[in-house]
Amino acid sequence: MKPSITRRDFIKRSSQTMIAAATIPYFLQSDPARALTIPDPDNMKLDDVYNHFGVTEAVIRDIMAEALSMGGDYCDVFFQHNIANTIGLEDKEVNRAYTDVGLGVGIRVLNGDQTGYSFTEELSPKAMKLAAKTAAAIANSSKKAPPQELKLHDTPSYYPIETPWEQVGIDQKIPFLQKINDKVFAMDSSVIKSNVWFINETSTNLIATSEGRVVFDYQPMGMIYVTCTAEQKGQRESNSFNLAGRRGIEFFTPANIDRLASEAVGRTVALFEAVKPEAGEMPVVLAAGSSGILLHEAIGHGMEADFNRKKVSIFSDKINKPVAESFVTIVDDGTNPNIRGSLNVDDEANDTEKTYLVENGILKSYLHDRISAQFYKVKPTGNGRRESFRHSIQPRMRNTYMENGPHTKEEIIANVKKGLYAETFTNGEVYIGAGDFTFYVKSGYLIEEGKITKPVKDVNIIGNGPEVLKDIIMVGNDMKMAEGGWTCGKNGQGVPVSMGLPTVLVSKITVGGVS
Amino acid sequence: MNSKDRLNLAQWVMKMAKKYGADESAVSLTNRREVEIEYRNKQLDKVQESVQNSLNLSIYVDQKYSGHSTNDLRKESLESFIDEAVRSTRYLSKDEFRVLPDPSLYPKKTDRDLKILDRSYDQVDSQKRVKLAADIEAAAMATSDKIISTTSGYSDTIASSVKVHSNGFQGETTATQFWMGAEVTVDDGQGGRPEDWFYAGTRYIQDLPSPDEIGAWAAKRALRKIGQDKIESGKYTMLVENRSGSRLLGMMRFPMTARALQQKQSFLDGKLGQKIGSEKLTVIDEPFLEKGLASRYYDGEGIASNRRVLIDKGVFKTYLIDNYYGRKLGMTPNSGSTSNILLEYGDKSQDELIKDVDKGILIIGFIGGNSNSTTGDFSFGIMGLLVEKGQIVKPVNEMNISGNAMELWNKLVAVGNDPYPYSSQRLPTLMFEDINFSGI
Repeated sequence: MKPSITRRDFIKRSSQTMIAAATIPYFLQSDPARALTIPDPDNMKLDDVYNHFGVTEAVIRDIMAEALSMGGDYCDVFFQHNIANTIGLEDKEVNRAYTDVGLGVGIRVLNGDQTGYSFTEELSPKAMKLAAKTAAAIANSSKKAPPQELKLHDTPSYYPIETPWEQVGIDQKIPFLQKINDKVFAMDSSVIKSNVWFINETSTNLIATSEGRVVFDYQPMGMIYVTCTAEQKGQRESNSFNLAGRRGIEFFTPANIDRLASEAVGRTVALFEAVKPEAGEMPVVLAAGSSGILLHEAIGHGMEADFNRKKVSIFSDKINKPVAESFVTIVDDGTNPNIRGSLNVDDEANDTEKTYLVENGILKSYLHDRISAQFYKVKPTGNGRRESFRHSIQPRMRNTYMENGPHTKEEIIANVKKGLYAETFTNGEVYIGAGDFTFYVKSGYLIEEGKITKPVKDVNIIGNGPEVLKDIIMVGNDMKMAEGGWTCGKNGQGVPVSMGLPTVLVSKITVGGVS
Repeated sequence: MNSKDRLNLAQWVMKMAKKYGADESAVSLTNRREVEIEYRNKQLDKVQESVQNSLNLSIYVDQKYSGHSTNDLRKESLESFIDEAVRSTRYLSKDEFRVLPDPSLYPKKTDRDLKILDRSYDQVDSQKRVKLAADIEAAAMATSDKIISTTSGYSDTIASSVKVHSNGFQGETTATQFWMGAEVTVDDGQGGRPEDWFYAGTRYIQDLPSPDEIGAWAAKRALRKIGQDKIESGKYTMLVENRSGSRLLGMMRFPMTARALQQKQSFLDGKLGQKIGSEKLTVIDEPFLEKGLASRYYDGEGIASNRRVLIDKGVFKTYLIDNYYGRKLGMTPNSGSTSNILLEYGDKSQDELIKDVDKGILIIGFIGGNSNSTTGDFSFGIMGLLVEKGQIVKPVNEMNISGNAMELWNKLVAVGNDPYPYSSQRLPTLMFEDINFSGI
């Protein structure tokens, strides 16, 4: 294992390269009746979930008693059954499919702000108690905090879907890929290659805490990803487009299928005319939508409370101080219907909410998990997340976006004499302490004399978080959430997130380009 | 699970795949034990210990292909999993290029020892792990009173895997890795908290640097960033320190693959045998490096490892050809992935190279950025040290470099003598001329 580097946090748009490179893709059901049984998500009861993992309340409390046997203050257990399926089209045929199944339980013991963690893939009482004993060793005292009786904690339903993915056969998905591929080739004669991926994933989770809370959740995810390569006069260009969310198959309507094809082709052929901007500082207009990557990198990571508890974030001493113009309000929200980063409950059984990072220009709240909330003596904000049962909890973002401001998109663009209009992105990264962050602009336009002119491609933007927040001088009234499948990486753990932004003007920021 | 159990289970899976209708199959099974420690403020911050399994299965049914993985190794679950996998595969389109590699590509029996297993692994106990991490933190903290926080870490892994193919391949490996290091954050006195890290990874625990060295190096790296700022945009000589160069060389990896070539996403299409870099650039894929972090006898498809010269004095010598895309292109497979990457190195140290620079930037880290495999265009964020008249004068940050990969490697003018030992990418310091930096 190569240790991950805490402060080099990054975000990536899902890419077909990444998916194909994974040795571990996904499950397909040809016959739903034979599929791995998952309790019907619409009528899931606590007992169904206990049965699914082959446990009872008594078994769970027994494991927790073992976990606390060395004097830990608190423990939780996280059962997970994850099923992911991918099917892929290449060279005009749906000719590959991948499945990944993960089943296990993670056991965490807290002793003050120290963490002991272990997991097992074998769900026998013996194996689970052994894992509990391993995690218990973080503590070493005679103190005893027996686990409480478990009470079901009710959770909302932020991602209803019509048909659980376990009931969607591979034969129902194949036609979507073929239709998209046909449209991609029909749209422009310069298209020479296209790949289409259909990915769905579900996770059934059961979380119990030594304080007596038990919750369960069924988390769906659906995505279609299209790449396109075109050739004109010996020059080749590639680009991609995807739609993703906590969605069921009903999300892939004829209109969305059309968009997947037309956006993938349109974004590719636009690159033939694209130029490189001049290198250096310039005003940058961020288009509404996935430009929310700015917030994710410039402020979101820096507001994760673990970094502040350790005093390693550039935002560590700025709570209740003005950090931006009064029309800037930035939130991190777990409650947006069917959006990729939404959570009915976080991964340590806390309710999610809409958390204000910046309200009317004032820095308000960090993003907390249990450990940091106890450190700061505040209520957890529902940001405790993990990649899977193989990982312990960290404070993480959900859907991070800016609320609408007083300006219009037209006014904002008209305000710029010479600058960049950034529209689509592939990835970003931040150093939390220095505040340096970047994001990579796959495509956009030059702005000259208040008008959008030539397309640009493949430029990196780099700035400093607190500086850029101050330099946000106009905010549009057209807030839009990103539609694609973003995955945020921190300490080697990837979690699904989303982001959003109205059209925004940053007065100056350094753009990669040519001198 | 011992080695015999693993092999028996893998063969049972292959048998089941056949029973349910697969013509051919490939199975690999891995057990991995990991211990990871984080240490901060003179106490343990986190301890994580685990044992995990993974089973990967590729099946070929009526010329149709699919791949599956699971960690649920109970035979009753596996049997229905395999049955389901075969049934689903039948819905896919036929693909004549999906077959197992030809057995002639599989490795011959060998006595070669790559030295990737440290047999002293069992003697590492939790006390020793905690002490190593504690010593690193103490060494870093002792370096300067400007340090706000140090998180040190230690981890070790032992992984054993077997791999069997229905057309005769059988392979088995066990390997260890040990990693330790620290991340250090310092107060720059201006509200900024620059950070940096140093982590070393090795196959044998005895080859790790001492905790004192690691702590001091991590601290020194963070401290030298105090006062960093962006400077004027323009063309500068660019030095890239040894541990960072893999980001630049990495731009070539996907475009070198048969997959990129067949899918027309490679700027190296049509460039075989042509000059794609300066004479200073010789790149070797070396699977047999003793103790190498990416050393191997065979690749993920069972194809025998071979030393390959990828680029020879600037001339592009070979694509990375996996079994499937090789067949699609009519090219003989030679492995679609790379192992340890070595660069032929020069005779000057980093300090000597710096002395040769009139005005340049020594890059000490990349942040974000990306490249376009179809065109070779790239743009990366950087952190560095400004060099004037052969001397390091101040730290710089918040800048980008941009260009095209084909041009970049032709601008390589010197290569250092200091290959980075704690990575599978053993690159030395690199020096390029006339690189576009954007800052103010």
